[in-house]
Amino acid sequence: MSALSQQTIDATRKNEGHLLASWQANLDASGASRDSRIKQAEFEAQTREFLRLLLASANGGDTANITGSEWADVRGFLDGLSRSRALQGFDSQTTASFIFSLKRPLFELLQTQYANDASELAAQLWAVTELLDTLGMYTVRAFQKSREEVIARQQEELLELSTPVVKLWDGVLALPMIGTLDSQRTQVVMESLLQRIVETGSEIAIIDITGVPTVDTLVAQHLLKTVTAIRLMGADAIISGVRPQIAQTIVHLGLDLQGIVTKANLADALALALKRSGLTVTKAS
Amino acid sequence: MERIPILRMGDFLLVTIQVDMHDELAITLQDDLSERISKTSARGVLIDISALDMVDSFIGRMIGTISGLSKIMDAETVLVGMQPAVAITLVELGLTLPGVITALNVERGMNLLRERVQSE
Amino acid sequence: MNVLKSGSQAVRIEQDVVLARQTARKLAVEAGLRLVDQTKLVTAASELARNTVVYGRGGDMDWELLEDERRKGLRLTFRDQGPGIADMKLAMTDGWTSGSGLGLGLTGAKRLVDDFSVESAPGEGTRVMICKWT
Repeated sequence: MSALSQQTIDATRKNEGHLLASWQANLDASGASRDSRIKQAEFEAQTREFLRLLLASANGGDTANITGSEWADVRGFLDGLSRSRALQGFDSQTTASFIFSLKRPLFELLQTQYANDASELAAQLWAVTELLDTLGMYTVRAFQKSREEVIARQQEELLELSTPVVKLWDGVLALPMIGTLDSQRTQVVMESLLQRIVETGSEIAIIDITGVPTVDTLVAQHLLKTVTAIRLMGADAIISGVRPQIAQTIVHLGLDLQGIVTKANLADALALALKRSGLTVTKAS
Repeated sequence: MERIPILRMGDFLLVTIQVDMHDELAITLQDDLSERISKTSARGVLIDISALDMVDSFIGRMIGTISGLSKIMDAETVLVGMQPAVAITLVELGLTLPGVITALNVERGMNLLRERVQSE
Repeated sequence: MNVLKSGSQAVRIEQDVVLARQTARKLAVEAGLRLVDQTKLVTAASELARNTVVYGRGGDMDWELLEDERRKGLRLTFRDQGPGIADMKLAMTDGWTSGSGLGLGLTGAKRLVDDFSVESAPGEGTRVMICKWT
């Protein structure tokens, strides 16, 4: 367990301006601050804020362990920094270099402070290294988490866009499913179909799987569960686009379709739906 | 003692469940309904669960019981307004509510009941 | 895996089953579970809370809001000092199909959640744990 000595903290405070300039210069040299995505002024504000928070926390805190409450403000700042970098499209290395570029300026400061005390210099260098490494790692982790959240959100949006529920007629909805279906996607899509059924009061939903190359057990089960749920709610479903291969899979898997009507294509399904709704289509002569 | 109100709409009775029911309240509803069906010679019962965000085995059994009871008293029960999340959960539980007719909303439920009564 | 917060509430009388459901729903929302997953968890909680009151002769529900690397979770533990489950197989059968509700519907509850465990023996009370993750 090591800690920044009071002398180190005081020296850092006293030389704050110089330290910040040196840190900024390092960041400029690495190109991190020259990026047009962040304005120079914003960068300067961030370095100033970080140093301020660092000193405030180091005053009480053990530098080997940043999980305590005294480091909460620093962690919060780094969470925010990582998130905004992630959203702006930076990579983790550039983001972490924000922290690591502070090492050299601090080392130089310590060298002048402890010029006559080699062992104390070594101890303080170690404390600083340990602290900045830990904070750097924390930043990388926070960055990764933010990135994953962005990706997850993008995936969800893509999901919604790629499987829209369309209204074919009053009381008739269609859900054209395209591409391979994975368990999670199928669930999300089916839930939105059920929601639309309630919202529109549609009594017939046509689930079209023409664009689905293969159907495995899990997906077939999801389809069946969805149709059961639709019936439980007081509507009904027709599955259309059942190609011979899929029909074979269903038979092979021994799945019981429980009286669910299937049609070879969407047109046939629509014709049936209209008939069930008591409608007929006649030519205008 | 709190009770769930039962509205009379012509030949039919309408029950709108809007509170988070505890078991005793559910039993009371069952009893109240059978009494009202008998008293009014109702031909149909509409149970509106559009406000329920959860249906567990007890409520499920209550619905099944009400459906059975009313059938014996020559009335048909229609369950309306089931929320999607509830439907999905019930299917996952393997519950199918056999013998219970369902419709999307009160309006359709009424139409359904009228059709059935008329066709006799 | 961290425990973000935890708590406990009594499940002794019938009204407590409703309260347990409401707590479960509130926490499920806080954990960020999707609506369908919330409903599944709350339904399972309702079943288990009822068991605790009716068969366990009253007990408690412990709740914990969990977090690990990428996701959050809600764990509920229903425990009682009641007579315990004598026939585990029967207890796992669906309480749906038998009108008398002989089965405790534990299999049903198990299907609705991600993690499930039950510890019980005659004279030793019962502990059922369920957990759902985002």
